[in-house]
Amino acid sequence: MISGKRVLVVIPAFNEAGAIAGVIGEVRGELPGVDVLVVDDGSADTTVVEARKAGALVARLPYNLGVGGARRLGFRYGQDNDYDVVVQFDADGQHDPRYIPQLIEALDTADVVIGARFAGEGDYRVRGPRAWAMTVLSGVLSRVAKARLTDTTSGFRAANRKGIDLYAQWFPVEYLGDTVETIVQAVRGGLTVRQVPVAMRARVAGKASHSPVKATVYLGRSFAVLLLALVRR
Amino acid sequence: MTLNVTTMICGLILLVGILELLRRRQLREKYGMLWIGVALIIVPLSIFPSLMDRVAGFVGVASGVSLVLFAAIVFLLLVCLHLSWEVSRLEEETRTLAEEIALIKIKIDADETVGAHDDQR
Repeated sequence: MISGKRVLVVIPAFNEAGAIAGVIGEVRGELPGVDVLVVDDGSADTTVVEARKAGALVARLPYNLGVGGARRLGFRYGQDNDYDVVVQFDADGQHDPRYIPQLIEALDTADVVIGARFAGEGDYRVRGPRAWAMTVLSGVLSRVAKARLTDTTSGFRAANRKGIDLYAQWFPVEYLGDTVETIVQAVRGGLTVRQVPVAMRARVAGKASHSPVKATVYLGRSFAVLLLALVRR
Repeated sequence: MTLNVTTMICGLILLVGILELLRRRQLREKYGMLWIGVALIIVPLSIFPSLMDRVAGFVGVASGVSLVLFAAIVFLLLVCLHLSWEVSRLEEETRTLAEEIALIKIKIDADETVGAHDDQR
């Protein structure tokens, strides 16, 4: 419980045995009243064992569905079990659970709240095509959402019951669809989307994909996803 | 004339293959019927290619054979598109199933934990 609300923190995990226990421990240490659900996306390592040992509920997908599938499962569990708030959280240790109460507080005036990395807090920076893509995406999506959104690809989010109902029924699987398209669809579904500044940390395990080629591909794909999201019914 | 024989044999082999797949229930009727329909049009045409010449003249294509080729490509493209659509739907269905299974498994795990506590009392 956080300010009288039942809160579920959903952490999709794919081969995150190295980091998962620490992330769960931190969330539970910081926020003892929340439930933690780890959605194991068909990991081949000991992610499931580690997550159970750390005291999380574990949902095991029979095979890899991608992060979109794992997130939708989290929202469906939240809906089935009558949670007031579902928080999207990443397993790589980049998200700081101390910001979760602020996200939940912001749900008083919005249905979906994004923890934004470039809104003042912290010193997370990206450069090159990836940064350009993020700038344009932010510009367009801010207009769509009629609110300032500076970090549209952040996976650190909270949703109230309206948001949970939407995402439990529908959540895109495609790469980037789970971030960009989810904002567009929420706004089109009549939901309010806003952001709260958060600081990001270096990831505990695993490596981010940073190379000029990948960044350019990212640029192209993000625009394709954005255009498609804007014209979809 | 040898070309006609070659195409006819190919057509017949395909027809027999389709019927055999249908007989062994390896092919859904809706697809089987489609391909049998195609074979029934193609096989006679392979024997008498001039059959299409009048239709070809009507739509402004020089020869019936070219028209058949063109129509075949368009038809195959449509079939591919339809299959991609079917696969997308199937993927969504299996995804939903996978999620349902995972949700049910959490429930079973939770029930078992409760059961284990009951046994201890």
